[in-house]
Amino acid sequence: MWDLISSSIYASLLLSIAIAVIGSLIVINKTTAITGSIAHGSFGGIGLALYLGSSVILTTSLFTALLAVILAVITIRFPHRQDSLIGVIWAVGMSIGIIFLSLTPGYQSDALSYLFGNILLVENKDLIFMGIIDLVILISIIFLYHRFLAMSYDREFLKLRGINADLLYTYFLILTSLTIVMSVRAIGIILILALFTIPALIAEKFTKRFFTMMILSGVLGLIFMVSGILISYYYDISPTPTIVIIASIILLLSLLKRK
Amino acid sequence: MKAIEVKNLYFKYEKEWVLEDINFELEDKEFMAIIGPNGGGKTTLLKLLLGFLSPTKGEIKIYGKPPKENREIIGYVPQHTNFSLDLPITVFDIVLQGRLKKGKFFYSQKDKEKAKEILDTLNIYNLANKKIKDLSGGQRQKVLIARALVSEPKILMMDEPTSAIDPSGQKEILDLIESFEVTRLVVSHDIKILLRDVDKIAYIHKKAVIHEGPKLNIPKDKHFCEVELIEFLKDESCGI
Ligand SMILES: Nc1ncnc2c1ncn2[C@@H]1O[C@H](COP(=O)(O)OP(=O)(O)OP(=O)(O)O)[C@@H](O)[C@H]1O
Ligand SMILES: [Mg+2]
Repeated sequence: MWDLISSSIYASLLLSIAIAVIGSLIVINKTTAITGSIAHGSFGGIGLALYLGSSVILTTSLFTALLAVILAVITIRFPHRQDSLIGVIWAVGMSIGIIFLSLTPGYQSDALSYLFGNILLVENKDLIFMGIIDLVILISIIFLYHRFLAMSYDREFLKLRGINADLLYTYFLILTSLTIVMSVRAIGIILILALFTIPALIAEKFTKRFFTMMILSGVLGLIFMVSGILISYYYDISPTPTIVIIASIILLLSLLKRK
Repeated sequence: MKAIEVKNLYFKYEKEWVLEDINFELEDKEFMAIIGPNGGGKTTLLKLLLGFLSPTKGEIKIYGKPPKENREIIGYVPQHTNFSLDLPITVFDIVLQGRLKKGKFFYSQKDKEKAKEILDTLNIYNLANKKIKDLSGGQRQKVLIARALVSEPKILMMDEPTSAIDPSGQKEILDLIESFEVTRLVVSHDIKILLRDVDKIAYIHKKAVIHEGPKLNIPKDKHFCEVELIEFLKDESCGI
């Protein structure tokens, strides 16, 4: 059995680092809708890669990073219209993906596997990419911890301290987009958002410092993934939805406990 | 060098002028009180001075430079204090944000000592490890005052810093502001600020009436402040 699930456990470990840092930042910066938009928009990158026959990881990384920059500009320039514009990017990305897919016969099922992902099927090259992105995330959070925290609290004040808050925000969205690419194989476009935000939402309630919120999110994410993998393995059901259902039940319990 | 120079400043968000032909100067270490009705443009003026907004016409200089280039020397207390309250962040961490600057990624021991010292001065050291959500409105306001002071600014700009603070706390904070030897601009709806040792008074209602004088010679007299000065400032001949 270990042989069959070992790579999914490694993937869970690597993903939990991204969930800890990026998931928590998504929640405290209220960028859930933006993340959903980049995640779904990434389908455009996948379609493009299949059409061109180029590397999915590389093409999708570039494509989603571009979406992240566009979304950063939109949210900074048009804060009052951002919710509608975020929805537009969401749809445009998916449409691009579907158009390229219809131009590329024979790859439909390939593309669909990215919608729901399968953590039991991750390959070594996926693990390597996850490791690289984790490293980028860890280095970023070590140096930018205080800036990210100040950005989440009061962006105007950060500007006052002479720090380019808009650039920092754009960088954060690019990191988000790379995190999405690293998770797509394992988790799938549709459920990435849930896996990244639920642990952080629970952790936020029980912590006083952002640092502990990150640690708790990562641990929760890991527990959800590993238990989801085991359950889906034994009952032969799809892993990602299992993980999301487990996480949602715990979220619900944590909300009830508060009352 | 003048601390602040504002020349022929005009500003509008959309069609209507919010500020019209504002002119004033502030010397180093002077204390200016800004009063005026709701919607008069006080917050807008501060945001222009901070470089968060750009003048539609006219010019602003902060110690000889455009505001955007000289922001770091300003300590700012915003009018609204209800930022993301769910954020897991303690009072101490918020105050430390005042020590952030370009090229600096970690807080030093000195930053932490400074933050402690300011919290002590404001009598809120006991709140240092509390989550911001668990504070009262007045306590939150004090935290933001601490965050502004901890950077040791050359200019302090405060937008109604005492609106949520109890009377004895207000006195404490105004005493403190009065004692700071830096350039100060304080917006207030509380006319008692005029009883303070202010050098200039700006009454902002689209246009500005600036009342100044060598130490202003405001007799420390309630009647003068609450009746005559306001009447004077509102006088038609002042153009309001
Ligand atoms: N972001 C904005 N967009 C458009 N109009 C604005 C904006 N902010 C303020 N205004 C308008 O500008 C005018 C001045 O507002 P401002 O907030 O500067 O007043 P204020 O003197 O600070 O008032 P208060 O005493 O209530 O704080 C008001 O008429 C307001 O409606
Ligand atoms: Mg105001």
